[in-house]
Amino acid sequence: MTTILSDLGDFSVAAAAAKEGLWLSSAEAAKATGWSLQPEGLCRGNICVPVPSGREADFVADGSVNLAAFWDHLDKPAARSKDGDIWALGEAAADRAESLKSLDAPDFTLPDLDGTNHSLSDYRGSKVLLATWASW
Amino acid sequence: MWQKLYDELQDPNFIIIAVAMDSRADAARPWIEQAAPTYPALIDRDHRVAELYNMVNVPQAVWIDEDGRIVRPAENAGAFEAFRSLDFETMTVPEDKQATAAAAKATYVAAVRDWVLTGSDSVHAFGADQARGHTAAPSAEIAQAHCHFRLGQYLLRQGREGEGVEQLVEASRLHPTSWNIWRQAAEINDMGLAAGPEFWARVNALGDDHYYPPVDMAGMPE
Repeated sequence: MTTILSDLGDFSVAAAAAKEGLWLSSAEAAKATGWSLQPEGLCRGNICVPVPSGREADFVADGSVNLAAFWDHLDKPAARSKDGDIWALGEAAADRAESLKSLDAPDFTLPDLDGTNHSLSDYRGSKVLLATWASW
Repeated sequence: MWQKLYDELQDPNFIIIAVAMDSRADAARPWIEQAAPTYPALIDRDHRVAELYNMVNVPQAVWIDEDGRIVRPAENAGAFEAFRSLDFETMTVPEDKQATAAAAKATYVAAVRDWVLTGSDSVHAFGADQARGHTAAPSAEIAQAHCHFRLGQYLLRQGREGEGVEQLVEASRLHPTSWNIWRQAAEINDMGLAAGPEFWARVNALGDDHYYPPVDMAGMPE
C-alpha cells in the first residue's frame, strides 16, 4: 500500500509499485485528493486540467493516472519517501495565498487530547479566536 | 493564557480554539491538563494550521467572525521578546522589558475583549482591505517546506527516524523563518534543544529582526 498525505487527510491507497511516479486508479486518486480522471482530463469539482498533449503516456495509462506528474504539472508541491511508499501532496502557494486573501478562514479538523475531532466550521455563528501555542 | 478572558466574557457567541503545534500529544498534555481550558484545546501534530494560515511561530492568533471571515490574519498574539534581554549572569530579564511584555499581552487581550463586545465596530477589527493588506502570502518554498514537514512527521511516527529527520531538516532549510518548524525539529532530537544554545544562536542571528514581530494594534508598546 501507498500512503498519501493530502489536504483531505491521510490515506492508504493501492498504487502501481513498479512504475515511476504515483499511479492510481481514478477512484483511489479521488479518495485521496478529490481529483479524478474524466474524459476532459483530471478534474475536481468544476475544474478540469487536460492531459498535456504529446505527453499522454506520462499522465494516464489503462485508466490509471500518474498523480505525481499531474501535481508537478499543476505547480503543486509534493514530497516523497525514498521508497516512494509515502507521498505528501500539498497545495500550491498561489492557491493558499488566494484562499487567505479571500478572507474565508480555511477550515481544518483536529483532535483534542481525548481524540475527539473539532472543525473550525463547527463554530460558525460564533466569533473565534484561533490561538496557537506549543510545549517546546 | 486565554481562560481568564473566556471566563470573564461568558459570551455564547465567542469561542477560543487553542491549537498546540506539537507533534507529540503527550508533550502538550500536561500543559493542557493543568490549564484545564473550557474551550477546545486541539493538537496539531503536522502543523496543518500553520500551513493553512501561513504561521511561523507561537503564539500566533487569527480573529474569525461569525460568518467564518478572517478579521485579523495570523499575527503575533501579543507576545513581546523580553527574553532576548535575558542577562545570562543573573538569569533575569530587566524589569522594564518585563513591564513591556506584560503591557503588550494586556493590550492584546483588551483588544480581543473589545472585538468580542463590539464586533466590526471595534477599532481593532480590520476592514477587508486592511485584513488583506496584513495577510502574508506563502512562497513556493514555504508550500514545499510544509510537504517535507508533513512527510517527516509521518516517517517519524513510522519509526523511520533517520529519513524523518532529513525531511524536517529540508523543511527548515526551505522555510528558515519558521520557528515552528525549526523548534519542533529540534525538540525531537534532544529534549530541551529547542531552547538550548542552538536556539540562542538562531535568535542572536536575527540581529535587528524580530522574534515576535510587533503587532499593528492601537496602544501596543513599541
